[in-house]
Amino acid sequence: MANATKQETKKGISLNLRNTLVGLSFILPNFIGFAVFTLVPVIFSFILSLMKWDGFTPMEFVAFDNFVKIFGEKKFIESLGHTVYFAFFTVLLSMAAALALALLLNQKLKFVNFFRSAIFFPYVASIVAVSCVWKAMFMEDGGVINSALQMLGVAEDMLPGWTASVAWAMPAVIIVSVWRNMGYFMIIYLAALQDIPNSLYEAAEMDGASKWQQFVRITFPMLTPSHFFVFMMLTINSFKTFDLIFLMTEGGPGTATQLLSMYVYNKAFISWDYGVTSAASMVLFLIVATITVLQFRVEKKFNDFM
Amino acid sequence: MIEKKQHPVARFAVYALLIILTIGTLLPLVWMLSASLKLDSEVFTVPIKWLPETFHWENYPKVWQKIDFATYSFNSLKLTVIITLIQLFTCSFASYGFSKCNFKGRDTLFLCYVATIAIPWQTYMLPQYSLMRMLGGVDTHWGYIALQAFSAFGVFLLRQFYQSIPNELLEAARIDGLSEYGIYGRIVLPLAKPALTTLTIFTFVTIWNDFMGPMIYFNTESLKTIPLGIRMFLGQYSTSYELIMAASVMSLLPVFALYIPCQKFFVQGVATSGLKG
Repeated sequence: MANATKQETKKGISLNLRNTLVGLSFILPNFIGFAVFTLVPVIFSFILSLMKWDGFTPMEFVAFDNFVKIFGEKKFIESLGHTVYFAFFTVLLSMAAALALALLLNQKLKFVNFFRSAIFFPYVASIVAVSCVWKAMFMEDGGVINSALQMLGVAEDMLPGWTASVAWAMPAVIIVSVWRNMGYFMIIYLAALQDIPNSLYEAAEMDGASKWQQFVRITFPMLTPSHFFVFMMLTINSFKTFDLIFLMTEGGPGTATQLLSMYVYNKAFISWDYGVTSAASMVLFLIVATITVLQFRVEKKFNDFM
Repeated sequence: MIEKKQHPVARFAVYALLIILTIGTLLPLVWMLSASLKLDSEVFTVPIKWLPETFHWENYPKVWQKIDFATYSFNSLKLTVIITLIQLFTCSFASYGFSKCNFKGRDTLFLCYVATIAIPWQTYMLPQYSLMRMLGGVDTHWGYIALQAFSAFGVFLLRQFYQSIPNELLEAARIDGLSEYGIYGRIVLPLAKPALTTLTIFTFVTIWNDFMGPMIYFNTESLKTIPLGIRMFLGQYSTSYELIMAASVMSLLPVFALYIPCQKFFVQGVATSGLKG
């Protein structure tokens, strides 16, 4: 009897081990590459932020010196400010545009798929190609956008300089960023809209609720999980944005559109300052991580409340 | 219940609005196409002519003469195809382990994967570069392939799909004596075709359009991809907007060709990644 149990346990362990080995064998081909090229650099970056290193001479532990250094640097504080400015408007406007488009395209219409595809297309178009076009369209003289504004009656000396002007470069890149984002998040909203039960609207209609009331009382609150998700994704994306701005303005004019991601890039591949780069990128990481954690917290509270 | 019909005027207004919005969204692309067929002196005329007087198709072959567009295209295609294939293999394999095999530590490991999706690349791009330099992968195609081929996003996307495959189906196969590898190959893979198509398309588009990775990693001329080529063009012939636009149009064509027949999968991919796991 005792012998049998023992044998079973032994068999159990070996079965467990076998399962683990089989499971790992599936994961391994991907995991090796993932661990070497992503996980190790991520961990290394944490360590480097506390070190002084130029990539060749031995490392030196300097604790939080790198952080003190960057927070004392005007360029860093500036780029932090620009990033918040860029992210705030990009997130807000992309969410509004995506939701509006989703509502509009959630109806039974002819060619609805064509409209959806057309609006999604900017998201898959090459960023290099797209930024070249927008740059040309934003040209101060002869650009389509300013010509159109002029036709609409904007006085010539009031025309914005867009990517050539300190004040207007940021709005210009925000416009392009919203244009690229809106189709993607529209699809996420559309998927969620299709899950709202029709009976809710039927009941509201019986009670004489107007279309606007239906939106405020049913549609908008029913989309809450999507709002959270879209908000988080957009925030992360905005803090990561690099290509678009590098290609359109290279952070300029002056430092008008220099974002944190570009500050990190410059410190990395122009100054080759490993410590400062890693410290600055830790700040970037912490902001993104905090927003992610916060939004999960708020969402959970919100769900409990509901 | 009486089906309420929308007022014809309201209906017309919706269509009008949609058409305006769609045209507005596609306008930059129309501008691109229009400028690519003009003379350089015509590109910035005021008021703008959307339709060029004569179509200057010769701008397109000119791009191939001025820069080594053939090499760039070949490199873009080569990298895109190789990376997509490796991702399909490793991600679909790993996703099976993460969703259908039970073992200790599985979910913790998966959490690592998901967490890195949210970590901005800028956070670790310098240590990654140093590591790659140590391994001798900087300024080589294999180095870039190694960076891109083991996507955490791909594992995430496919796992979402695999989880919708009922376990009873696999259990039945196990009782019939099929090994886990057999189940993966004969049952899960065929069922996962739509998800694999979605991943293929997403990876293809991402790698084809990638600018920052190649910019950091490739210095040698013969290694460069189309986005880098266009960027260089912009530096060398900054006034020849018609040629830059012709090159841009050509860089969009493969994505466009993939997009038209596969829209369904694009939409599915976005919607799947939008669901929370």
